[in-house]
Order: sequence, then structure tokens, then C-alpha cells
Amino acid sequence: MATLQDHIAATSARTEQRPWYHLNGEERLAWLLVLPWIIGFVAFQLGPMLASLGLSLTEWRMFTPPKFIGLSNYAEMISGDPLVFQAFKVTTIYSVTSVPLRIALGVLVALLLNASVRGLAFIRTVYYLPATVSGVAVAMVWLLILNGDFGLLNRALSLLGLEGPYWLTDTRTVLASFVLMSLWSVGAGIIIYLAGLQGVPNELYEAAEVDGAGDWVMFWKITIPMISPVLFFQFVIGMIDALQEFAGPFIMTQGGPGNASLFVMLYLFRQGFEFFQMGYASALAWVLFVYIMLMTLFIIRSSAVWVYYEGEVKGN
Amino acid sequence: MVVRSISGSQSRYRTFKISIIYVVLAVGMVIVILPFLWMVSTSLKTPADIFKIPTVWFPNPIVWENYPNAMTILPFGRFILNTAKITGLAVVGATFSGSLAAFAFARLRWRGRNFMFVLVLSTLMLPFQVIMIPQFILFRELEWLDTYLPLVVPAFFGGSAFNIFLLRQYFMTISPELDDAAIIDGCSRFGVYWRIILPLSKAALMTVVIFIVQNRWQSFLVPLIYLFDQKKYTLALGLRLFQDQYTTEWELMMAAATVSMIPVLLVFYYGQRYFIQGVVFTGVKG
Repeated sequence: MATLQDHIAATSARTEQRPWYHLNGEERLAWLLVLPWIIGFVAFQLGPMLASLGLSLTEWRMFTPPKFIGLSNYAEMISGDPLVFQAFKVTTIYSVTSVPLRIALGVLVALLLNASVRGLAFIRTVYYLPATVSGVAVAMVWLLILNGDFGLLNRALSLLGLEGPYWLTDTRTVLASFVLMSLWSVGAGIIIYLAGLQGVPNELYEAAEVDGAGDWVMFWKITIPMISPVLFFQFVIGMIDALQEFAGPFIMTQGGPGNASLFVMLYLFRQGFEFFQMGYASALAWVLFVYIMLMTLFIIRSSAVWVYYEGEVKGN
Repeated sequence: MVVRSISGSQSRYRTFKISIIYVVLAVGMVIVILPFLWMVSTSLKTPADIFKIPTVWFPNPIVWENYPNAMTILPFGRFILNTAKITGLAVVGATFSGSLAAFAFARLRWRGRNFMFVLVLSTLMLPFQVIMIPQFILFRELEWLDTYLPLVVPAFFGGSAFNIFLLRQYFMTISPELDDAAIIDGCSRFGVYWRIILPLSKAALMTVVIFIVQNRWQSFLVPLIYLFDQKKYTLALGLRLFQDQYTTEWELMMAAATVSMIPVLLVFYYGQRYFIQGVVFTGVKG
């Protein structure tokens, strides 16, 4: 034991004695291999991010030199531009509806698949298919599905004797349309939840069954707590994604009708690349960034209450 | 509970439960598949059939010409070629530079490793919108606007942190004894990467390749910002242009959408094992 500890102490002492810039061969190679990433990070991410913060304090229309205006862009957003509030409202409503619904639906399908169903691989593949396609083609297909006059959805509703609305041109249904569309591609979640469910030890269910617990109780007391870390992770990722929704609204509604689907990213794109208000757009980007961070932080804070980590000691 | 304790009733209850599950799953599958069928069916219809009630699922006549028509109204062949070029370059760049970094994180001992790895992971949280505008300005200064450089060059500098993370996780599962044995046999550290880790990580590399292909093939916002000349358009931009100009020609739009989805679906079909592995690998462990 003593020799091993001596050895460790000696090795770590050796590392500490070396000044930071004195690299051995292995370290030199490591930094060399990571160097491309570091260059990319500084040039394409960190640099632009800091530049963006600076830009947000200017008025800049691309064709004239930037003018420093302090926090005016931020003040304008709060007091002079009602569309900012509208955009955040729309994006928030969409995110807080779509993400939990996606998770609920994904867990539901995963639970059904986990009930030792035959043909699992095939069924799983089918459910995953929509998640492989995205962007413009999907938006085009959904334009046709949601068409008020001859779309698939309203045809289905009319079979039930219901008259469907003009989904995308009605201020009351346009956001619901996007939520519905997001539910179609729930497949990636299903695969993840299924993997999580398969990791729940069977003994827990067996023990609960001996104690006379029913399916419902087992679901809430065993299944959900055991997969809650996965749910948590998917919730965070899902929110970050949903708050940046762009292609769908850009192609299908252009933010309409009456700005009812003006997502923040859409408004940001408009300010930056249609009106060339680079300063204002940068400020908007930062507000969205901070908003996403706050949302994430809020979810992480709340997770202490509802996420269960195996092996974590909870004292009181 | 009383009912379930009797074994006969219990097995009947189980059969009942399983059949309900099958029915629900089947209905779900139909709902999932319908948009695809609807797309393909519409792409083969005459305009009159599109508006017909009740719904025409099997077009009669089948208008195969919609496909050549859709592909020639706009130069879709060129768009596909452009997209393939960008996707190919991005795949090469991101897998190579990403796997190098992943190797350093998984296999080499160096001071600063943990800090750098956390830094890599933290970029996963960095939303594109914050860097979108300064990046645009940077690439404009470099006179890269309306070229493929803004779409391709960043891939050669590590690509997405997600790929580095996935590869690093996979490399960690390979026994380090292999490295030691190779080094004793006179293999260099880079040789370990090239001759041992890479060949043993084909599955993870495939996963990364598939993710990049899926992502790049359909990417919309970035090409939209950087490409102006129609000749340079990607498939996604071409589709958008199509939708803008021929809003009412649904059969042609659906034909174009179908064609654009085929490569992604094929890649998924042949690589689904890797796909699902990758999703599970990165989604569960967080």
C-alpha cells in the first residue's frame, strides 16, 4: 500500500513541479489533436458570441458604420416594440405545450412497446421514421395536411362529422397546428424512453407486485421515478430546441396570421437578414439566449423535487 | 386484485391487455405513416384528384410524369448535387477532426483535459442564434458569402460538440490494454488512434456519419443565410423556392418533397442499428 501511495505522490509531484508550459510528448499530442476544435471554438463560437454582445450595444444597418447607442436596443425591446413581447409569448406558449406533450406521448408509446410486444424492432422503426425527416419537405407536407379545404386532417375530421378550422390561417389554431406537427416526430424520444424503461430492474416490479401494488401505482411509484433522469434530460434538450423553432413557421405561415405565429427566431431573422438591423437583432439574440438559460435553470432547480437519482443519498 | 390472483383470469387479463396494446400501437403506426402515404399519393395525382371528396388514396390515372416535371421546373439535379457535395465535405471534416479531439479526451493524459472537455460540452448549450449574426459578419469580411465555405469550413474545426461527445464515450469503452500492447510493440500514440481505435469504432463512426448526413441534408437556416445564387442552392432552399413559386401545384410539390426525403430515409433504413444506438447512447446517459 505504502509503495503505491508513494508512487502516486511521486507522480503527482512530478506533474506539479513541471511548469504549465512544459509539456511532455503525450500532452503535446493531446493539445495538437484538440487544436482544430479550439481554433474553431474561438473563431466561430466564442469570438462571434462576444462580438454579438458588443454589437447589441450599437445601431448598425450593415451599410453605414456601427454607432454606439448603449442599452437603447434593450430599452426599445421592452418599451417600444410590442412584437418582441408577442414573439416571446408565442414561442413560450408553443414550447411549454409542445415539449411536455411530446414527452407524455413518447413515454406512453414506449410503455406500450415495453410490454413485451412482438415485432418491437419493426414498430420502433415505423415510429422513428418521421424523426428522420425535417425542415422544408416536412413543412410542405404539413401545409397540405393542414389545408382547410382539402387537407388530410379536415378530411379525417369530416368523417367524424366535424368541420375542421382553417388551421394555419386562424389565429386561434395556428399554434396548435405547430404543436400537432411537433408531435408527429416524437420517435427519437420513444427510443430513448424505451432504453430507459428497459434499464429499470425487474425486481422492483416483482417486489411491488408481492406487496399488492397495481399497474397504476407501479407506474407512478416505480417507473416514473426510475426514468425521471431521462425525462429531465429530454425536457431540457426539448425546451432549448423548441424555443429556437424556425423552419416550420418561416415556411408555413411567415409568422401570420396577424403575428399569431411570430416565433422569436423568425423575428430575429427578419430583423437581421431582411431589415439588416444587425445591432437590434444581436440584442434580441442575447435576450433569447438569456431567456433559454433562465428556463433551463428553472427546470434544473425544479428537478431536485421530481428527479430521482439512484445512489443519491437524500438526507433530511 | 382478487381477480388477478386467480391464475386463469390473470392470463385472460394479460391477453386482454396485450391485445389492447397492439390495437393502440397499430392505430399509432397508421397515424405516423399516413402523412408519408398522403405525400406519395398526392405526388402521383392529377390536380383534380387532389381536391376530390371522398379522398382518393390510389390515384387513377397514376401520373408518373409529375416526378420528371417537378425535377425539371427547377434544376433539382443540380440542387441535389450541391447538397451532396456540402454533406460529403461536412462528413469528412467533422468525423476526422471530431474523432481526433475525442481520442485526446478518451485516451491521452494531459493537464487541462477535464476543463477542456467541460468547455466542449458547454458549447452544446450555446444556441446558434447568438452567434448567427457575428458569424455572418465574419464570413462577409472574409468574402465567403455566397460560397460553400461557411457551410463546410467549421466542420473541419471539430464540428459539433455532440459528435466529439459521442465518439469519446465510445472510445472509452475500448480496453486501454490494447493501447499499451500496441505501444510496447512500437506503435506511436497517433498510430494507436489510427490503427486501433478507429478500426474498432466503426459503429460509432457510422452513427456520427448518419447524424451528420441527416442534419446537413435537411439543414435550412444556414444555407438560407449564406447562399444567394440559385445555381448554388441546396435541396432545402430549392424546395423552398419551389413552394414560393408554385404554391398551388401540390402534386409537383409533393413529388419534390418525396424525392428530397428518399436519401434520408434510405440512410436511416440501412443504418438504423447505428442510428438507434447513437440516440440511446447520447440520450440516456446525458
